Amino acid sequence: MSMMDQHKEVFKEEAYERLSELEDSLLELEERTDDIDLISSIFRALHTIKGSGSMFGFDEIAKFTHEVETVFDCVRNGEMPVTKELIDLTLSARDHIKELLDNPDNVNLQRAGEIISSLKNLSPNSDALKEECNCSPALPSIENDTAADEKEEETVYRIEFVPGHDVFMKGINPVMLLNELQTLGECRIIAMTDAIPQLDYFNPECCYTYWDIFLTTSQGINAIKDVFIFVEDDCELSISVIDSSLDSSVKKLGEILMERGEVTPENLQEVLNKQRPVGELLVENGVTSPQEVESALAEQKHIKEAREKQKTTETVSSIRVSSDKLDSLVDLVGELVTVQARLTQKANTGSDPDLLLISEEVERLTEELRDNTMGVRMVPIGTMFSKFKRLVRDLSNEVGKEIEMTTDGAETELDKTVIEKLNDPVVHLIRNSIDHGIESPEGREAAGKPKMGKVHLSARHSGANVLIEIIDDGAGLNPEAIKAKAIEKGLIGSDAELSEKEIFSLVLAPGFSTAKKVTSVSGRGVGMDVVKRNIEALRGSIDISSNKGKGSTITLKLPLTLAIIDGLLVKLGTDVYVMPLSIVEECVELTDKDIEKAHGRQIANVRGEIVPYINLREQFMINGGKPEIEQIVIARVDEQRVGYVVDDVIGEHQTVIKSLGKFYKHVEGVSGATILGDGNVALILDAPKLMHTAVIDEVAEAAV
Amino acid sequence: MSIAEIKEATQHLTFKLDEEVFALDISKVREVLEYTSVTKVPQTPGFMKGVINLRGGVVPVVDLRLKFGMLEAEKTVNTCIIIVEIELDGEKTVLGALADSVQEVHDFEADQIEPAPKIGTKLNTDFIKGMGKRDDQFIMILDIDKVFSSDELALVQDAGSVKDSEASDACISK
Repeated sequence: MSMMDQHKEVFKEEAYERLSELEDSLLELEERTDDIDLISSIFRALHTIKGSGSMFGFDEIAKFTHEVETVFDCVRNGEMPVTKELIDLTLSARDHIKELLDNPDNVNLQRAGEIISSLKNLSPNSDALKEECNCSPALPSIENDTAADEKEEETVYRIEFVPGHDVFMKGINPVMLLNELQTLGECRIIAMTDAIPQLDYFNPECCYTYWDIFLTTSQGINAIKDVFIFVEDDCELSISVIDSSLDSSVKKLGEILMERGEVTPENLQEVLNKQRPVGELLVENGVTSPQEVESALAEQKHIKEAREKQKTTETVSSIRVSSDKLDSLVDLVGELVTVQARLTQKANTGSDPDLLLISEEVERLTEELRDNTMGVRMVPIGTMFSKFKRLVRDLSNEVGKEIEMTTDGAETELDKTVIEKLNDPVVHLIRNSIDHGIESPEGREAAGKPKMGKVHLSARHSGANVLIEIIDDGAGLNPEAIKAKAIEKGLIGSDAELSEKEIFSLVLAPGFSTAKKVTSVSGRGVGMDVVKRNIEALRGSIDISSNKGKGSTITLKLPLTLAIIDGLLVKLGTDVYVMPLSIVEECVELTDKDIEKAHGRQIANVRGEIVPYINLREQFMINGGKPEIEQIVIARVDEQRVGYVVDDVIGEHQTVIKSLGKFYKHVEGVSGATILGDGNVALILDAPKLMHTAVIDEVAEAAV
Repeated sequence: MSIAEIKEATQHLTFKLDEEVFALDISKVREVLEYTSVTKVPQTPGFMKGVINLRGGVVPVVDLRLKFGMLEAEKTVNTCIIIVEIELDGEKTVLGALADSVQEVHDFEADQIEPAPKIGTKLNTDFIKGMGKRDDQFIMILDIDKVFSSDELALVQDAGSVKDSEASDACISK
């Protein structure tokens, strides 16, 4: 990959980020149309995309974004109101920019033209805008004056521009910025070269020069800031007004020196205190008062402190790391956990107290390292939520319903991979809510509900799990209709007695759809079982509850992380298996006497409660004599308590989950493998699958 | 790959199953391990021995004897696992093959390799790339990708449930 390609990649990555910010801000702006901060942040995002786009050769993006930006400049100056049309159009403009980013070679110029012309038509002074756009075609770096700016008087600014040493690496050419400044007005640029080191220490890839610029312009401070808008993180920049025609008094030498930082406040203070002529003369002549000097000094101090504070927050904020690096880090930690388990085992069997001490230390550190590494991979779920806001907005337009989406718990953190894989199922569930759940506005009014439907998305932690709820206040599920449909489809017998919960879970069965008509949104009956499969692949579960006429709630329960789980080691014959500890509730003994008492039924009596159990020896066809006392590991699967009979329970084990690979992908009842302390491989039991197989077997046997 | 493609001298790893000598293209072989304990995966046919821990990774192991319809052998000090890299549905997969013993790396000249006879090898001829001649001995050069092709595995999946009894028999003999 060449240097330029690398830069392009970085640009793309950043641009995608800016675009999602843009989307969020736009959606928020719709709710708070007069929030000036939001408008500025939209403008900034557009400006950054435009600027860096043209820098890395994405001319189409730069050109297109420029047009959108021009419109938003009017909005920023209060010449254009924020309307729904404006947001609609800007959102589609955003989508267009994203398309341009996805495949820059496949440009749909017509669509771009459409968006731009409708945007311009929105503008009150649309004629002026059109003209302006015609005269500034592919040169996005030229800032467009807006009417408001033109009214301003000419002002002299002093701009101190100190680029960071590494700006060249980031593909920024300071000269281009200076050229851009020159287009704003009369400009005097002084290059400061005192920071250039001796040749021995000189690194040609670093930027040592900084600039002092005096600019006389009528375009206001915003225009200047816009020039530096996408380097502001990489440089020190200060812009100050040194002569405004509005400000009639001419500044004194002391002030200028101080403003320029050439006289330090301490120096000046010293002079003011001790050297009578300067300080007192100034005061005596009535030009200035000591208080004024003091206050100027205080102001400078304040600014300096503020700037330093900003600097320190910048350094601790964040760095960008590719996810591949994180993945390999997690792999390594996984291996370390395995080795640590071996060390602990070795230390425990030996009689060396020192070794034991070391191994305990290593164990503690490994655990911390594991937790920290997992923490690094955690991302707030809010990023996903904001995507759904857009989805709800678009979909509700499409199906002609009025729907408001609210969220809470956006700060809840989840493993990156889980969030990625969660996207499709949640999209599907939200679609379902909008399409089937929420009624049409008329229907809602008839039912005595507010016209505006509600979809609420929430996330929260619950132990080692995260609960994600999708709540709508729509029509809810109709148990009778579902049951009738299930009977019709042959999913259940016509005489089946089912609880409401069981009926709702039928919705998740393959080939089930109650919607009468198929729309583009949902209703093909392929969805819910796929959702269920996806969620189960994440070792999660789905729970549906509904109140007819009031709405329904779908709860997704997901583990925090996929890579490492706590497991319970159990023994079967000579082999060791791992049961995910999160589902295990208790372990009880199973003696020959108990089996006798049950008369061949595989049911255990646990403190008066009936618990069916699955004999894993039978299921896995393990030969050899079983021990006199077996153990039942009781787990909660699909809201039921189920026992799994094993020879012995060994203990807890931190399990790094390894895939069994393609070769064993069809194996049922085993979800993966892990490596034990002694270096052997143990298989991880897939408790829900084992239960389902057992149910199927039983049904088959009953049929015979 | 057919015999026509074997033009240059190629290095092969030879190994024994029962009394017969087989060979594998050396470029497919990653390493040879001593026999370690293999964890059996339940409800799989007998020739799929299970999985082993290869420096932190989980690698499946196949008993070539059972795969080729021979009887299972006692484990000896010579028993070893040949770690091969095969292509399964266009993806590289690492796999262990259980062999009675590994012999040597042998250079076959192009003229020492003949096409496999259609009959008489007792093996599916698809699995054999060619017959190599060494002194008076014939060596079957295996096409390891074919042996573990996804078609073969699909057959295994179908037969899996039927072969369960066979699998448990194998367990007894162990």
